[in-house]
Amino acid sequence: MLHLSTDVLIVGAGGAGMYAAIAAARNGASVILLDKSLVGRGGATVMAQMTVAAALGQQEADHWTLHLEDTLKAGRGLCNEELAALVCETGPERILEMESWGTRWAREDNHIKQEMAPGHGRRRCCYVDFLNTGPAVAATLRRKVGEIPGIRRISNLAVIEILVHEGCAVGAVALDIGRNSLIAFQAKAVILAAGGLTKLYERNSASANMAGEAYALALRAGAELIDMEFVQFFPIGHLAPRLVGMDPIIWDPFRYKLGGKLLNGRFEEFVDRYGGEDFGKYTATRDLASYAILKEVEAGRGSPHGGAYLDFRHISDRDLRAAFGPVIDRLLKNGIDLNKTPVEVGPMAHYHMGGIRVDATMETRIKGLYAAGEAVGGSNGTNRLSGNAITEAFVFGERAGSSAAQMAQQTTGAWDPKTIDASADAIRKLISKRSKKGVSPGTYQTELQHVMWKMAGPFRTGEKLTAALKRIEGMRDELPSLSVGSEASFNLDIQDWFELRAMLVTAEMVVTAALARTESRGAHQREDFPDSNAAFEQNQVLALTGGALRSHWVDPTRRTVPEVSHV
Amino acid sequence: MSEATRYKTTLRIRRGGANDVPRYQDYEVPYEEGMSILDALRWIRAHLDSTLAIRYSCINANACKTCMALVNGEVEYTCIARLTPEVITVEPLPKRPLIRDLITDIVPEDEKL
Repeated sequence: MLHLSTDVLIVGAGGAGMYAAIAAARNGASVILLDKSLVGRGGATVMAQMTVAAALGQQEADHWTLHLEDTLKAGRGLCNEELAALVCETGPERILEMESWGTRWAREDNHIKQEMAPGHGRRRCCYVDFLNTGPAVAATLRRKVGEIPGIRRISNLAVIEILVHEGCAVGAVALDIGRNSLIAFQAKAVILAAGGLTKLYERNSASANMAGEAYALALRAGAELIDMEFVQFFPIGHLAPRLVGMDPIIWDPFRYKLGGKLLNGRFEEFVDRYGGEDFGKYTATRDLASYAILKEVEAGRGSPHGGAYLDFRHISDRDLRAAFGPVIDRLLKNGIDLNKTPVEVGPMAHYHMGGIRVDATMETRIKGLYAAGEAVGGSNGTNRLSGNAITEAFVFGERAGSSAAQMAQQTTGAWDPKTIDASADAIRKLISKRSKKGVSPGTYQTELQHVMWKMAGPFRTGEKLTAALKRIEGMRDELPSLSVGSEASFNLDIQDWFELRAMLVTAEMVVTAALARTESRGAHQREDFPDSNAAFEQNQVLALTGGALRSHWVDPTRRTVPEVSHV
Repeated sequence: MSEATRYKTTLRIRRGGANDVPRYQDYEVPYEEGMSILDALRWIRAHLDSTLAIRYSCINANACKTCMALVNGEVEYTCIARLTPEVITVEPLPKRPLIRDLITDIVPEDEKL
């Protein structure tokens, strides 16, 4: 088996992974940066459309403690305040550093232009251009990592196991998707930056890469996971008509700039029936809007594709164009004329607040194993504010990269080749056991997405979650007998199989955590426990004990925030 | 507003690796107006033939730029090229080394093993 060595191994080359690579290299470490698709092109960062939140104070007076206040408020008591503070305090440095590397943040009157976004008390969200922020920052980071000789980039490698020796992360085994072969990496520190889990759900805004692998890798390596029950569902994701060339999370800026009526399948306004004040302004909160839409669908009053209509016909063409000129043209190319036709929208999985439990250096409880970006859990509590995801990708990436480089200087990288052999043998055994007939792993991925959407989606009950867990266990038992093709190169069945294995591990974590939290809070809504319960103002931590998934509860990490009077 | 009209179309896909004699395989796929070629390719993998090799990441945002193929002889991003009722021929990019089916080698040299 091919075997490569490095100081720092980074799993996932989106925004967080690339930032981590740059930070590790400038702190003296050699780096190998891997991605399942292509470096800087997969993952979530490249898909981000609008804004990045940071208290730069360029548009109006602002301070990072105010950003933190807003972030903690959205997180409803469960944020890891240390991590949230890190994002808010060092976010501005990262935004300016990105600018120094070539990101052209939109400017006006000689300063970076900052917009308002829902949940923020100040105008603090910067952007590159309408719908182009993610591709632009991804391009900056891609160029930057390409310029640094100490960073070796490898595309089309899917990491399937973290190697742990005497309690320390010492490398990983990856599947070379092009050749269907295994490769071992020896490293003094490993950073998990492989993003979130939204691909677990039938309705999602994810790229193909967000199958929850980072969480599954962390759990199997012995790390802890936190807040896994808190999946963010975006209430008005695009359902129909088919919209291509744009992310389904397009309607939020329209909502807060122009309003837009939410109508049921009978073209009646309905959000006010669920306790929200809508009346054409569409100011209802995300969870209320999701609830109202899905209840209308359940009552047989949904739109044809199982959502609601979002109607802009009462807004003049002039106002639409003034706010979203080039986007209006792209919509017209999709056959969507907002003056004439309402679009169909509905809740979809968008982001994961939960994730890998780390300290303020981004290290897990396994020495030398770090996490960065959306893979990190806890900093957003029960709900993430709009604009905080790219900021945390930069901030956590930088911190994880610096910490891992320091670790690499301190450790000898003690390594036992048997660790690789044992892992590789186990993997080979798994592959060889699979039959060539029957259900393909992709078919089971589709079923799992359906199960998670119906049973562990925006609204949950104990009964549904228990049924989901049972089916997840059933599919896990059937993993060894799934069918894969015999193609020698780019055998996507094999990639799908490892992806499915990770999806099942992560799905079990989400469902187990959701079952244990018998209350409703933020993004976790139990129809059988509709109220928040003060006794649950705690974080739930998951880990493997003797091979079985176990949860325990801890008090949220608090932090004293300095008083600021000058803003 | 009624349920969107459903159509059927046929994708004629060039299969095989660099050393194989190319063959064309037809797949019949259902679709709604506005759906993309990539939607159909993913549907084929999920419902008809999981051995079909395709490359994509972002699915429909046209952000990752990895899903290019030859659609009816023109280079297109399959995530934004639309399905039509006529038979649609999909082939790998002609100027890139063929790996298998619709996957060509678009990985930058310095991102390879």
